[in-house]
Amino acid sequence: MNRRPVFLITMLCFGFAFFYIPILSMMVYSFNGSRLATVWGGFSTKWYISLFSNKQVLAAAILSIKIAVVSATMATILGTMAGIALARFKKFRGRTLFSGLVTAPLVMPEVITGIASLMLFILMAEYLGWPSKRGFTTVTLAHITFSMVFVTTIVHSRLVQADDDIEEAAMDLGSRPWQVMKDITLPVISPAILSGWLLAFTISLDDVVITNFTTGPGATTLPILIWSKVKLGVTPDINALATITVLIVGIGVAIAGWLLNRAERRRELDAQLAYRDNK
Amino acid sequence: MTDIPAITIDADLQSASVKKSAEPSFIRIEGVTKKFGSFTAVNSVTLEIEKGEIFSLLGGSGCGKTTLLRMLAGFEEPTAGRIYIDGQDMTDLPPYERPVNMMFQSYALFPHMTVAKNIAYGLKHERMTAAQRDDRVRNMLDLVQLTDFAARKPHQISGGQRQRVALARALARQPKLLLLDEPLAALDKKLREHTQFELMDIQDKTGTTFIVVTHDQEEAMTLSSRLAVMDKGRIMQIGTATSVYEYPQSRFVAGFIGSINIFDGKVVSIGDTTTRVHVPEFGGDIEARSVEGIEDGAQISLAIRPEKLTISRTNPQSANSIRGIVRDLAYFGKDSLYRVALPSGHIVSVNSVNARRIGENERVADWEDEVWLSFDPNSAILLKD
Amino acid sequence: MNEPHHDSRFQRWFNRRGWIKITIATPYVWLILFFLLPFAIVLAMSFATRTPTAPPFSFGGDYPLLNTRTYHRLVEDSLYIRAYLTSIFNAVIATLMCLLIGYPMALGLTRVSKSWRNILLMLVILPFWTSFLLRVYAWMGLMGTNSWFNKLITSGYNYLVPAEDALRYIPMMNTNFAVVLVTVYSYLPFMILPLFANLEKLDFTLNEAAMDLGSRPSRVFLDVTLPQSVPGIIAGSMLVFIPASGELIIPSLVGSSSRPMIGRVISDEFASARDWPMASAVAVALLLLLVVPLMVYTYFDGKAHEKIKSSGGADA
Repeated sequence: MNRRPVFLITMLCFGFAFFYIPILSMMVYSFNGSRLATVWGGFSTKWYISLFSNKQVLAAAILSIKIAVVSATMATILGTMAGIALARFKKFRGRTLFSGLVTAPLVMPEVITGIASLMLFILMAEYLGWPSKRGFTTVTLAHITFSMVFVTTIVHSRLVQADDDIEEAAMDLGSRPWQVMKDITLPVISPAILSGWLLAFTISLDDVVITNFTTGPGATTLPILIWSKVKLGVTPDINALATITVLIVGIGVAIAGWLLNRAERRRELDAQLAYRDNK
Repeated sequence: MTDIPAITIDADLQSASVKKSAEPSFIRIEGVTKKFGSFTAVNSVTLEIEKGEIFSLLGGSGCGKTTLLRMLAGFEEPTAGRIYIDGQDMTDLPPYERPVNMMFQSYALFPHMTVAKNIAYGLKHERMTAAQRDDRVRNMLDLVQLTDFAARKPHQISGGQRQRVALARALARQPKLLLLDEPLAALDKKLREHTQFELMDIQDKTGTTFIVVTHDQEEAMTLSSRLAVMDKGRIMQIGTATSVYEYPQSRFVAGFIGSINIFDGKVVSIGDTTTRVHVPEFGGDIEARSVEGIEDGAQISLAIRPEKLTISRTNPQSANSIRGIVRDLAYFGKDSLYRVALPSGHIVSVNSVNARRIGENERVADWEDEVWLSFDPNSAILLKD
Repeated sequence: MNEPHHDSRFQRWFNRRGWIKITIATPYVWLILFFLLPFAIVLAMSFATRTPTAPPFSFGGDYPLLNTRTYHRLVEDSLYIRAYLTSIFNAVIATLMCLLIGYPMALGLTRVSKSWRNILLMLVILPFWTSFLLRVYAWMGLMGTNSWFNKLITSGYNYLVPAEDALRYIPMMNTNFAVVLVTVYSYLPFMILPLFANLEKLDFTLNEAAMDLGSRPSRVFLDVTLPQSVPGIIAGSMLVFIPASGELIIPSLVGSSSRPMIGRVISDEFASARDWPMASAVAVALLLLLVVPLMVYTYFDGKAHEKIKSSGGADA
């Protein structure tokens, strides 16, 4: 279509304004000198200083990252297994239940997952004695469970898209199914596994509701800390924290985008070279 | 297929086909059937292939050729029947335990491995030292002339080179049988011709038995020592390119390979060498070479290839001549195609080689000209169906 | 066949069948223990009676699992019905808003140049990677009575209405309006991305063919693009509607406490009132009303697609 889709472009502009004005406003107000978070009182970096001197915030951030690393790693292992099981093993007993169990957490309201997990942990502590108290372990267990299905979704859809030819070729060349999995399938889907890990990591890092139910005293993650603060209203140091988060994520995404772009350009160049060599 | 009895064919053609001996064939496919649910992909196929042959399975899409190939490789289990290679029953062996390798239509190169690693992959399951392995890889690279590209990844080489890597990888394990699934389909026309001969050359050097699946009849005819034409899961005919082209045994094979004119007819009398056939379309009787198994008075089909018909303005005064009117003609340079209408309205294709250089107005026949078509009794094919 | 003979029995077992069993069983057992079991507990708990003990429940009566006291309360107490209705209302409005804003955006993304598209897509995903909580928080700052945004909106309002109706500020915080607004803001990427994935795959030559056959652009959209994008619309709507209806954070931070949503009710019953059976019953009802029907729908929809695909024919 040669005519510019004016309406669509307008909607895009409006949409992106809607996306980013609240975030930009929050970033600007993080440099607000006033104690009243919504009234401008001159430029100041005091909220950043108070944030960095706040040991509670730092401890919560470290705990969050610890939980996210452990749960994302476990979720990736379990989720990849489930993805492989669903994509490659067409028939096994209880397959229908299994595929239900893998999709259900995706659509489950977090509140329900939260109270269900909490009741499980309380009853486990009561009757098994483990985990004896709620905290790192219970939060991590809950995070693994609800983030592994996202990994499964990514890995499964990648495996379904992948052509079976290369796996058959490896088998034809003498590899047993397990060797095919190790030599061919896993390396080929490794980018999907990596993005599964990243997704599980962010989901864990971001979670409030399920953590809120499954955590105990002494195990305050960063979202829980923010949650308990913002429930009381707008505070300027949260603005500063938000600004830092947005910047870290933004820079990370920009670097990832640049790397992807570079890889794609390199592939294009390779294809051109191959074409020339063939001439 | 066993239910179509073989016709007697020339002695020289016979010798070019299977050498019948007491020894069992190198590859034996016995009554193999494959069903997918209610759909029968391969229907009781029996086939014998000798060592060192290039054998083609030729047929349209959905004819069962790929399924048959995949059963040979071990990717599909036959619903019934057995497969023997070199005297060993392969039917229940998984692909990784068969002395068979396959070249995939998509090439199926491992994207994360270099060309050399791809070729070496199958060797890690062989009992051989690292030096032997490197040696083998070097030989294979040499064989397909890719030594300079050993360190490249598949996406860094061209389509033709990828095809050669796939071939080298499949040959590296020195399989008893190499299966090639549409080996040339992904290449452009020019490269395809060149690669065809390269493939034959490599087969000659290694002496490996090749089974090629293809839908391209020219490819099958050039490449193979023998070919099998398949349709709806059955083998319609097996033989050399010449015997399949010149002596088709069914309307399907006659029509599938090359183009052909087919008429309904009825046997009038059977002589020693020729059979008299009444063809209503011709408004008379014609003579055709006798074929075994055809009875007097039987309804049969008469088939004549376009290039076997001679076109002339005057009555050739031979036994098999028919009158018609030129409805259409196409000039291709080296030959011309005439579409001639018989009095019955039936259109006959005639191919005539332009052996002499002629001008625009000196053609054998022109639009709406009345012409005579004639053919040798030897060129007329009698088909039972 | 060529395995070295020093392999242990475990290794041999693992290489042949074992790895398959492990691959299936590990996540299976995990999900049964930490996902299915908790829900079985919730279901059982909804039939229990609240007691002042710890843990605060007991199963009593002759048929402990047929004690439907909680479910009676669920129907009788208008609090619960109202909460369900509020949740569904808010979620429906938010989903429609997301569709109205997200569809043109997704369509717009398919029409811009490739380099722009990559940047814009990144910008759609970027908020998703930042904290959900902080995105809700950003609106708390904007909607407050003293904020520049509220002042801007208020002056716009005052410009439009007669002077005697002028307001000092517009109360936005702690209203249903705030909940819907922030829900739309938070879940919009979930609408845009599946829609974009769907629209991107459409063959643009179909649009050109329709135009060639005499349709105006608006007609082309209604006849060609829209029908083909139905799967994307359904996928996006589910991704917005389901979490929006069970949302807890947004109503807790910006919603009205007099008209709680169902997530809030479950959380309050559980944590504040310590009524585990009641919280469980509300949760079970939420699942039966919203989640299960949608899951069943997707399941059969997926089955139907598979069937169409597999009947496409096995090649030779």
